[in-house]
Amino acid sequence: MAKKATIVLFSGDLDKAYAAFIIAGGAAAAGMDVTIFVTFWGLNLLKKGGFDKAPLSQMNMGGLGRWMIKRMMKKANVMPLDKMYKDLRELGVKVWPCDMTLGVLGIKKEDLIDDIDGIAGVGSYINEAKESEITLFI
Amino acid sequence: MAEGSISKVDVSVDTKGMNCPQPLIETRKKLRKMAPGQVLEVLGDHAMSRKEIPLAMQDTGEKVLEVKDEANGAWKIYIQKGG
Repeated sequence: MAKKATIVLFSGDLDKAYAAFIIAGGAAAAGMDVTIFVTFWGLNLLKKGGFDKAPLSQMNMGGLGRWMIKRMMKKANVMPLDKMYKDLRELGVKVWPCDMTLGVLGIKKEDLIDDIDGIAGVGSYINEAKESEITLFI
Repeated sequence: MAEGSISKVDVSVDTKGMNCPQPLIETRKKLRKMAPGQVLEVLGDHAMSRKEIPLAMQDTGEKVLEVKDEANGAWKIYIQKGG
């Protein structure tokens, strides 16, 4: 059985989402079963158009920082977040939006992009995490 | 395996110009669609990926047949899909 990696994506920040997705991609490329449990501000990323709107965790400067970092990443041939997400899904990475925080933040399932797995709770996360070699909270 | 001994390449993927983690991801995307025993040729020039693509093959049954250096930091990695 493949080894497992489980990531909690709590942050909705662009740079932290990059960190989560790059690690998820590395794990999936190494043949691991990867699950990303998305909660609180991370859910904003999964809203339609959310990857484009994500702010930087530092020096966002009303969106100027985000614009700059995107330009720098493009120059360095780092793939955009939405393309990286598509690749993760192609590699079988599971994405579980958190049921409770969707309710708290008033986000409906139809507000989210279609390419996600089922809504999950902490019990499902624990069930994966207890069998995982790698667990991260980002 | 001696250099130049790869007799048959079934699938090829060009990752030249790509940055982390794309060469790793493109390699695994191709391997997932291949049959056991088939050989994948990965072309690239991202230095870290030259080292890390073989690392990513350690647990999955794939066999790294050859890592070949080319001019200007480019490389070729040959991987046989595991059974």
